Amino acid sequence: MSEAAVMHHAVEPAETPLTPESWGKLGMWIFLAGDAMSFGALLVGYGLLRHSSPNWPLPSEVLGINLTAFMTFLLICSSVTMVKGLEAVKNNRRSTARTYLLLTILGGALFLGLQAYEWTHLIHQGLKVYENPFGSPLFGTTFFVITGFHGMHVTGGVIYLLVMVAIVSKPTNPLGPGWTYNVVEIAGLYWHFVDLVWIMVFTFVYLL
Amino acid sequence: MADAHASPNYWMIWLYLFILTVIEIAVIYLPLAKIIIAILLVTLACYKALLVAMYFMHLKFERLTLGIIALTPFILCVFLILMLIPDIA
Repeated sequence: MSEAAVMHHAVEPAETPLTPESWGKLGMWIFLAGDAMSFGALLVGYGLLRHSSPNWPLPSEVLGINLTAFMTFLLICSSVTMVKGLEAVKNNRRSTARTYLLLTILGGALFLGLQAYEWTHLIHQGLKVYENPFGSPLFGTTFFVITGFHGMHVTGGVIYLLVMVAIVSKPTNPLGPGWTYNVVEIAGLYWHFVDLVWIMVFTFVYLL
Repeated sequence: MADAHASPNYWMIWLYLFILTVIEIAVIYLPLAKIIIAILLVTLACYKALLVAMYFMHLKFERLTLGIIALTPFILCVFLILMLIPDIA
């Protein structure tokens, strides 16, 4: 037992069984866990308000399911282009990586454009943060808060990925290809998380 | 760079996610009891989220530490729901 401990110390004094391969990755995961709690609280709050409001409209009759289904499809596609981009970074194919990252950004930007279109359309139909013609005023409040909070995450993700494009585009990196792979992987974690949250939002706010 | 695992077939995961989304939309038009539809939708959504976390976020190939961190908010959300049940019952 003590022998094993001594050997372990000889390899890397600061290493514990909990030490991750990448501190940046661990940091991103901890941030995402906190962020997941924000979304979790919003969705649980949504369920509570909906359950206690007798005149909650049926979302699938008020909101356009077809458009949001297409938005879901866009985010799923952008997640695939993200992992493909990371794969290209790993294989040191810089221009391929850049193309995939730009496609991912395009997916995110299209998503935001469609969300802006959807919001405009719904606001014209009378859906407001404080009132709506369909039923409980909280329907509009929760809709705009949850989809807005998610949309802000997509916006942040698009900016984040633009920074990644700049990093990948540089012909040489003083910190090495391993560093580039690491930061792109961490950015990918954030992007897939935004996709994961949308899967939940789509189900709870639009379909249920 | 150090991971030695063969990368999963991401297009298959994409296909799964696409098919599951189509099923989800079909489910809401099925002539079933509301509670059955709700259970189906939540199950499908959780399965999709699991696919994204396991393959796209590489959780399947990571150390246990990250899995525990990822699981924490779900446990706390279940706890939050349990805490709120007395309010709505």
